[in-house]
Amino acid sequence: MASGTRKPNTKHRTAVAMESLIHIEDLYKSFGEQQVLNGFSLDLYGGENLVIVGKSGSGKSVLLKCIVRLLEPDSGVLEVLGQPIPQLNQYEMDRLRTEVGFLFQGSALYDSMTVRENLEFPLRRHPEKMKGQDVESLIVETLESVGLAHTIGLMPEELSGGMQRRVALARTLILRPKIILYDEPTSGLDPITAKEIIELMLKVQRRYQASALIITHDMDCARVISNRMIILIDGRNHAEGTYAELSKSTDPRVQAFFK
Amino acid sequence: MATTYFQRSGLRRYLKETGEVWLFARRFFSEVYRRPFEWRELLHQCYIVGNQSLFLVGMTGLIMGLVLTLQTRPTMEDFGAEAYMPAMVGVSIIREIGPVVIALICAGKIGSSIGAELGSMKVTEQIAAMEVSGTNPFKYLVVTRILATTLMIPLLVIFGDAVALFGSFLVENMKGDVSFQLFFNKVFRQLSFGDLMPATIKTFFFGFAIGLIGCYKGYNSQKGTVGVGRAANTAVVVASMLLFVLDFIAVLVADIFFDL
Ligand SMILES: Nc1ncnc2c1ncn2[C@@H]1O[C@H](COP(=O)(O)OP(=O)(O)OP(=O)(O)O)[C@@H](O)[C@H]1O
Ligand SMILES: [Mg+2]
Repeated sequence: MASGTRKPNTKHRTAVAMESLIHIEDLYKSFGEQQVLNGFSLDLYGGENLVIVGKSGSGKSVLLKCIVRLLEPDSGVLEVLGQPIPQLNQYEMDRLRTEVGFLFQGSALYDSMTVRENLEFPLRRHPEKMKGQDVESLIVETLESVGLAHTIGLMPEELSGGMQRRVALARTLILRPKIILYDEPTSGLDPITAKEIIELMLKVQRRYQASALIITHDMDCARVISNRMIILIDGRNHAEGTYAELSKSTDPRVQAFFK
Repeated sequence: MATTYFQRSGLRRYLKETGEVWLFARRFFSEVYRRPFEWRELLHQCYIVGNQSLFLVGMTGLIMGLVLTLQTRPTMEDFGAEAYMPAMVGVSIIREIGPVVIALICAGKIGSSIGAELGSMKVTEQIAAMEVSGTNPFKYLVVTRILATTLMIPLLVIFGDAVALFGSFLVENMKGDVSFQLFFNKVFRQLSFGDLMPATIKTFFFGFAIGLIGCYKGYNSQKGTVGVGRAANTAVVVASMLLFVLDFIAVLVADIFFDL
């Protein structure tokens, strides 16, 4: 995978490692007449939390879905862990997907399965990810890391929204991904629960040493978690920088996010 | 003005959808042999399909047998042919009415529930979640369900036929004092290989069609709760129509090979 690593070219580099885990350049995506992504670029480096903010409907979810190939971009460079996503065959793509966790906007727990089965589902189908540990201990350990070991036998509908989000995070973590993509991790949650989720994200990322690409319009979340931010407007990188830098920006369209 | 009519009539959409269903079926056949197999989910689905419709199929079968016998008996009596009742009812139930009516009931019950279940998994992004964890939702959700209906519908039809014959026997026993043994002797003496084989073979196709359409509609459901409702609804409508088409084809083919 070393073939795809490249030197960072951004001046706002706060990450520890220099490796680019996700490299996107000039990404275009449209639905019919509607141009959603219009030459978007980003690099995610090892160990950093990159936050992308944008208005509702600006194409944030579309961007994440392109990264895991739930959607095909129209054009542009799109590499994850050095591998060109649009060119991979199904087998290679599935292997790569185990390295990239995805937390959905609505949690997307399998509602016909218990919490245990939700976590078991990806694990059983990727036995190579167990690394000698048995399924049960991995599930319990991962649930403990999100503080929900006691819910192991419950169904998703018996959990609150915040707990569902945490179980979804556990399900993402169980394959020990190198990168985690968060699609609005705090949306639909009250401010206190949202704060808990953010703290949990920081905790588990330290524990499992994952890098994160976080999409949000919750500026509190961005302030706490981000090493670096990109503001997505009109399908393009409108501005980049740390939270502190961007909050002092004089650009009215950037300022609008900080009010 | 052929093209405008073509576009306006929705014929184009219809043809496009037919093509998509065809591709969906092809994908099923390319993935059904591929390892690893989802045995547990297959068994679970077979249980659900069977268990879900057993009572309904039994009730339908019983009433079908009762009504068919009650209604034909007077006419047969007029001809002095009531001795042929078991043979006639047996052939018509096993060859045609049983498979078609029970498959229609199952299209309503099972087709809609598969459509709704997969549809809601689709709109709540559960199917996408399976995909991004590097697992194959088509194999886990679609292949197992289509196999389950293909295997279980024939069993349900056999069960429904048996109950229907029993219902017919009840009427014969009350009105004509026919014994259990005599009734079923007469039924099975009349039935030939050429009656049983095509009737059984076509139920596998019926089961396949119900699973295929239910899964196709659910898996490609549009966003929102409206989309889920529409998936369940159109699954039933399309599957029912397809059943009649398949039945027609089955009768034509059987006519050639079994020389009815
Ligand atoms: N599968 C699709 N087909 C057609 N249009 C789509 C599709 N997915 C997204 N879009 C369109 O792309 C645009 C961006 O959608 P997206 O879901 O990425 O927004 P978002 O930035 O995530 O917003 P939110 O903050 O509300 O989640 C929307 O206008 C939407 O209508
Ligand atoms: Mg979104």
